[in-house]
Parts: sequence; structure tokens; C-alpha cells
Amino acid sequence: MSTPVEFTVNGTARSVSVEPRKLLSDVLREDLHLTGTHVGCEHGACGSCTVIVDGAAVRSCLLFAVQLGGAEITTVEGIANVDGTLNTFQQAMHDQHGLQCGFCTPGIVVSMTAYLADHADPTDDDLKDALSGNLCRCTGYQGIVNAARQAAGLPVHVGSRGGH
Amino acid sequence: MATQPTTPVTAGRYVGQAVKRLEDPRLLSGHGRYVDDVQLPGMLHVAFVRSNVARGTITSIDTTAARALPGVHAVYTAADLNPRVQMFWHTMLGPPPELGGVTKYPPTRPLADGDVRFVGDPIALVIADNRYIAEDACDLVDVEIESLPAVIGIWEAAKDEHIVHPEKGTNIIDHMAMPEVPEIDAMFAAAAHVVSRRFRQCRATNVPMEPRGIIVQYDRWAGDLQIWAATQSVSEWKASAARLTGIAEPRVRVIAGDVGGGFGQKMMMTRDEAAVVMAAHLFAAAPIKWTEDRRENLIAANQAREEEIDVTMAVTADGHIMGAKIYFWEDVGTFPSGSGATGSMAMGVFPGPYKFPVILPGNTAVFTNTVGKQAYRGPWMMETVAREQMMDHVAHEIGMDPIEFRRVNIVREEDLPYTNCMTMVYDESVSPNETMEQAAAMLDVPSFRSLQAAARAEGRLLGMGMAVYMEPSAIAFGMLSSDQAIMRMDPSGKVQVAMSTGNHGHSLETTIPQIVAEHLGCDITDVVLIQGDTASSPVGPGTGGSRSAVIAGGAAQTAALRMRDKILQIAAHAMEASVDDLEINNSVVSVKGTPTKAMPFFQIAPMAYMMPEALPPGMEQGLEITARYRPPGQFTWSNAAHACTVEVDQATGMVKILRYIVSEDCGQMINPMVVEGQIAGGVVQGIGGVLFEEMVYDDDGNPLATTFLDYLLPSAPEIPDIEYGHIVKLSPSIGGYKGMGEGGAIGAPPALANAIHDALAHLGVHPTRFPLGPSQLLDLINNASV
Repeated sequence: MSTPVEFTVNGTARSVSVEPRKLLSDVLREDLHLTGTHVGCEHGACGSCTVIVDGAAVRSCLLFAVQLGGAEITTVEGIANVDGTLNTFQQAMHDQHGLQCGFCTPGIVVSMTAYLADHADPTDDDLKDALSGNLCRCTGYQGIVNAARQAAGLPVHVGSRGGH
Repeated sequence: MATQPTTPVTAGRYVGQAVKRLEDPRLLSGHGRYVDDVQLPGMLHVAFVRSNVARGTITSIDTTAARALPGVHAVYTAADLNPRVQMFWHTMLGPPPELGGVTKYPPTRPLADGDVRFVGDPIALVIADNRYIAEDACDLVDVEIESLPAVIGIWEAAKDEHIVHPEKGTNIIDHMAMPEVPEIDAMFAAAAHVVSRRFRQCRATNVPMEPRGIIVQYDRWAGDLQIWAATQSVSEWKASAARLTGIAEPRVRVIAGDVGGGFGQKMMMTRDEAAVVMAAHLFAAAPIKWTEDRRENLIAANQAREEEIDVTMAVTADGHIMGAKIYFWEDVGTFPSGSGATGSMAMGVFPGPYKFPVILPGNTAVFTNTVGKQAYRGPWMMETVAREQMMDHVAHEIGMDPIEFRRVNIVREEDLPYTNCMTMVYDESVSPNETMEQAAAMLDVPSFRSLQAAARAEGRLLGMGMAVYMEPSAIAFGMLSSDQAIMRMDPSGKVQVAMSTGNHGHSLETTIPQIVAEHLGCDITDVVLIQGDTASSPVGPGTGGSRSAVIAGGAAQTAALRMRDKILQIAAHAMEASVDDLEINNSVVSVKGTPTKAMPFFQIAPMAYMMPEALPPGMEQGLEITARYRPPGQFTWSNAAHACTVEVDQATGMVKILRYIVSEDCGQMINPMVVEGQIAGGVVQGIGGVLFEEMVYDDDGNPLATTFLDYLLPSAPEIPDIEYGHIVKLSPSIGGYKGMGEGGAIGAPPALANAIHDALAHLGVHPTRFPLGPSQLLDLINNASV
């Protein structure tokens, strides 16, 4: 019943043997104990489970792990700087109060890290559009949008006190 | 737009400062620990078979094929679990009448027994090696249900033609007839203006991004029940699990860890979690985990906001409110938490910031064959939704500007303390008028009116709306009365404080250390909050109801001051100085003016534990302090005013929010960044409830919004930058704190609805019913008659 599959996760070669129907999100969480990838809807709408596969941000709840032989996968656990400090967007989220309960946060960190790596000069509207695939129920997006602005070098809305 | 200048915050080294959150790094890096992250050796997984019929008789359940599936360990139905339940009620609401309490409950059965009463009603519970197999087994459980007509909608239910709960004999769970007072009728008859409206808000649901979840491990040999759960209140769940199983309460441990949002949905244990507790107690062979999927969350986790209010208001010729009659209707679904009814609270708060000489209230709450009602951020907030829209409707009818009409009637500083006509007392620290004027100034009403006129000349529809409200924060009675801080300075001189609270977004791991460090005189990183684990936390209310700043903060502050006192006594004795001559800075006690004569905490703390002879005579060893705090009032009132501007697209019915302004008074802010974060989250939930979110049932009781493609949450592009103003009047509670966690969700719906109304009123459109999405607004515009 189980099928072996090998891929690289956060720079480390991993091999697992899982049922073909098992979602990448479940394999990351249950088989590889990388529980930072959160499952919020299992239908590709909330974005909490976002990971980077071969450079692209994808919903791990919409992929089967067995599809990904040979892939390079980065999860939220592998996204900080190599010296262990928060990356630019993570730091901006901290500075701008971009998280409360923290459940949607890994998906937002992964999505925006991937987005900012590919988009050197986004506008304010571009950033909001880039965030539109990630749902958050705590923050009203205020701190998240500001974090994206900070990370992209755009002016932060100071009515939100996160920059203090 | 900058944050407005405010009454100066009495910022200390920590209290009043926008300290960045101590809990962030683990959450930003994927190292939080939510319930589904917990994996125990040998753990098995639960899935539910749920009803796809709203009301019907179960004629047979066949679990044979499911039990035979490899990997399935047990399939339980009502016959297995329900008879084992000892008691099922909630500490916060008290026992049911048959056990001496006053709270009405729906029938309390974990699994559907003999009949089903809503789509999503749990019928059977499968335990299997993993969730995939458990769901396969659910498909193999053969349930035959004979459908009956579903009771859907408040008006249908109130007829009592079909009964949701046969045990109750009626669909009406809560009812108070409106008193008949001829003098008031006469007053209404003689009034210059009498205006009546019926306002409706639509069923919405909390939608924490983390669905519900629970792991239960029963060790039959030790007799211990250990639970990991996505809960807002570990004390409440510990007591619930003990009552359900009959296990002695001290043998039950509940651990919350990080919780992915609650907003009221995770306050009280529901039937689903109770079924898992009962299944683990019966099964006993392994820990079992249930992680809800989003579809289950949308159809089976309790919901809110299915409410209507009839308001009739009498007003003098010059715009003074003479009185109101209000009748509150609510749909509490099938299995609400307790009665689910919020009528008495909503009517008590209805006067809000205005001087109503008299109000005649009445209410009816009904069961329907839909998922039950529970608390959702500001559970009584229909009063503000109705009152604040009514203020605009009345102003329009009598030809007054809505803000001017509010000015005539609002409670002002000189009126305080003020007892409203429902006998609620606003102390001298409330500031509804000040917040309203601040919000109006931030909006710059004259400029907006020019902009609006210019836009209208171009055929564009702009509008502005205001909402003002009083928030009864930190409700302090029963289980909610108080919280305790169990504070310990370790021998290293660092401090831990244990509380009943939990981490589901409130930032308490930062704000409680801010308070402790401020009052103890140490560095914030030397203070650690331990919460959400009954093994270390005191009995307390948990986190919810805008209480933590006031009640948990008050307990932490009291404990810190007691700790400080003991430390000073030890140091004074050791340094042969008077306590009055000592000061504490950066964890060092020193003699004022003689900084060389000093003792750091790391020297005092081991002395307290290990050098009894060095302590003042008679002093108990150790640095362990407890403090339980109850605020002076049953409510700690905060208040706020919201103002917003919108543009409505006449061709599409789309609403674009142009500006959103909140002026609030939550007393002494512990952390302005956290305050503004709480406001923003509430505001956007409120916006969602007007523009996007509606949980729709069809006439047969089928839920029609079962994914995020149907139940629409606000996302980043729809939300403007929110502007904040702060008025600071210290509350009577220690520290001057007031709760404000719910206010955003209370004020936003009517402020936004009023802005839409203002944009459309000249077309003859006067909305009274949510949602106000594109299709509803197009209908209103197309059917309007000026």
C-alpha cells in the first residue's frame, strides 16, 4: 500500500514511504514531524499550509507527497536565515505585530518570502494582492500588510503602532 | 494618517509601551505547539459520522462493515457513549435547573440518539489508526434516517408547529413578554416622532483559523485523564471532563498550548469534544485525537448572530430620545452552549452611550434544526447593531444630522456616574462623548461632506457612518469573577507567573510580563508567563470576554506588588536599612542616594529559600506569592466610537471602504500595539459580517456554506488601513485597565451599515438587514422609490 518517495526538505534529503493518497501537508506534519505547516481548510483556500516546492509557493494540502519525488521543499522551519535569525519578512512581521494566534502565520511567512524573492519592486496594491491567498482571522491584516511594506521597503502605515 | 494625539499615556518603563511580542519567534518559525501538533506514542484518530438530514428519525445504524475495516479499532454510537455520561454542563453557566441551577440547557447527549436534529449532528464515532482510515470507516457506517420537516427560521420555529427537541415540548427556550405600560403608550402616542424598524443581522461563525481539536488519554490504572485541547479555558474543560466521566477533578489535567484563535467558539466544551472524552474513557487502550476539518467546523461548530430586533423609538421635536420599545429575537439553533440566549444581556446594554429615559424590552429565543449558538466576540452586540443603525434611521426621519442627533442624547462627563434605564451604572471613567468627538474630528466631517457632494455630482455614491458603544468588559460574576496569579521568584532571581489564561492571540505572554516587570522593577525577559495547563495554572476563567487585561492583569499586578514588598523587607533586613529608603531598578535593590549599597535579586532570592537565618524574624521562607483579583465592578466599562467612509458602486453593488477610524478608551493601555491589533481584528470580523459572511440554510435545513469558497472571509485587499485614536481615562480597576477585546466586532457592523445607508439614502434606500453584499445592494437600489 505504501509507496516510497524521496525529496529534499529544508536542505536535507528525506525518504518516506507513504500511502499514495496521503497529502504533502500530512506527510510533512506526521511523518517528518515538521508541524509548522498548518492545515486550516484542506481545500486550498486559507493558505496556512503553504510551502515552497522547487521555488514556487504551493498549497501542501492540494498535493500528494508521492507526486514530489526529487523535489526541493522548503517549509516554515527552513525559512529563517542560515545563522538562525529571522528572515527579512519574519522580522517585519515581528516588528509590525503581524501575528496574534500564529496559526495562519507560517503560511503567510512562506508565501511572502517566496513572493518578495521573485518581485523586487512591488506596489502597495501588489502586496495586498499577494496576500489575498492567505486568510487571517486575528489581525485584520493591518500588521501583515505593514510587514509586507516594511520588507519591500515601502512606507508603513503609522496608524498601526507596530513600528514603535 | 498618524495615530491621533491623545491624553498622554502614563507610560512606565514597560506599561504603556509598544513592547514587541515575546511569543513571536516560535510562532514565526513554525515552532508553536497547537493541539494537532501533539503526537503521542500509539495515538489513534477519531472521525465522526454526521447527519446529512436536518430533522429525522434514525431507523437503523449498521456499523458491521466499518468495524471490519483493517485499522479500525472501535465504532461507537449513542448506545455506547451516552449512558456513560455522568453530567454535562458548563461551569461558567452553572448547573441546569434539575441540579439546582438556573441555566436552561438543550438536551445533553454527545451522540445523536434515536433521531437527528441538524445537518452535522454526530451519529457515530470511529477510532482508527489514522484519520484516512477513520474517514473510510465513516463511509461504511450505514445509517438509515426517515426525514421529517425541518424547523428553520425564527418565525417558523416560534409557531411550535414542529418541535426541535421533543423533550422540551416547545421551541421557545427563552422568553420575556414586553411589559404593558399604559403611561408609556400614552407618551409614545403624544411624541413628536415615533419611528419603528426591524433590524436583522445574519448568521455568522467565528472561524478560528485552527479548527477545533482534542486529544484524550485515559490511564485506567492510574485513574488519570489527560487532555490536550484547543480551548480558551483549561479550568472550564477540566471541570467539564470530570463531570462527564465522573473522574475526580484533580485527576483530570487539561493542556491548551498554543491555540489558533477562538473568538468564543472554544470557550466551552461541546458535544463533539464530549463524545471524544467519553470514547477515550471507554476505549482506554490508547490516546485518541480528533482534529476537526474545515467542513465540520462550518457545519458542526456552534455559530452566532442569527438575530433580529424590533425597535420603536419616541423622540421629541428637538431630537431628544423619550424612550424605546425593543423586542429581541434570536435563533439559538439546536444545541447551543447553555441556552445560547443573549437577550437579557443585549437589552441591558441597549441604551449604550445615550440617555434613554425608559426602555420596554421583550425577547424570544427559539431552537431551530440548525447548528447551535454560542458566544462570538461581543455575544450581545446585536443591541449596538440595531441601536446605532436606528440612530441614523431616526435622524434621517426627523431631518437631523446623525452625529448631531447623537450629540443631543449622548452621556457626557457631567452626567457621570450615570445609571442607564436598564440599571447599569457607568462610572466616572467612561468617555462616549469624547471618543465620538475624536472620531468625528479624525474623519473631518465637513471635508467629507464636500467630497461626498462633489462625488455625487459626478454620479458617484459616497457615504459616512458612525457607531458609538459601551463595552461591558471583564464581566465579573460566577466562574468569571476573578483570576489568580501564582508568582514565584526562582532562586536565580527570575520570575514565573502562572495564570488560568491561554495563548490564542491575546499577547499575554508579553503584556503580563510587562505589568510584572513594571511593578517588580526587573527586566521583562526575566518574567515568564505559564498558562493554559491545569497542572500549573490556578482555577480561573481562561481567556475570553475581554477580561484578561483587567482581571488577569490585576492579579499579576497585585502579586508583583506583594513580591516587591517581600523582597524589600528581606533586603532592608540584610542591609540594615529602612524599607522606605530602598528602591528597585533593573532587578537591584539599593539604598536611595547610595547606589553602592545594593543587593541584586539573584542574591536576595537564594537567601529567601536557603538562608532562613538571614530573613527578618518570623518571615516565611521562599518567594512564592499568590494573588486573586476581582475588579470592583461587575463590569469594567470601556467605550469607543467607529467612523467609516465608503463608496458604493451603483452598477455592481460593490462597497469599497475608503477610511476606517476607531477612537476608543480602554483606560491605561498596557501595550498600544496589542490594543490596536485587537481593535483591528474585531473591526475586520465586523466588516465580514456585513459584506461577506453569511451562513445560509435552505428550507430543508441544509447548510449552503460549507467551504471557504461559499463562506467568504475578508482578505487583505478589501481592508483599508485603520486609523486609531485613544482617549485614556483610568478605570476603577487596579492599574486603570479596561477590556477592549470585543469592541472592534461590536462597533464595525453598524458603522459600516450606516456609511452604506448614507451613500444610498438619497436614492430611497434604507437598509435594515445584513448582509449588504453586491446582490442585496443591487436589489435595494433597483427597488428603491425616492
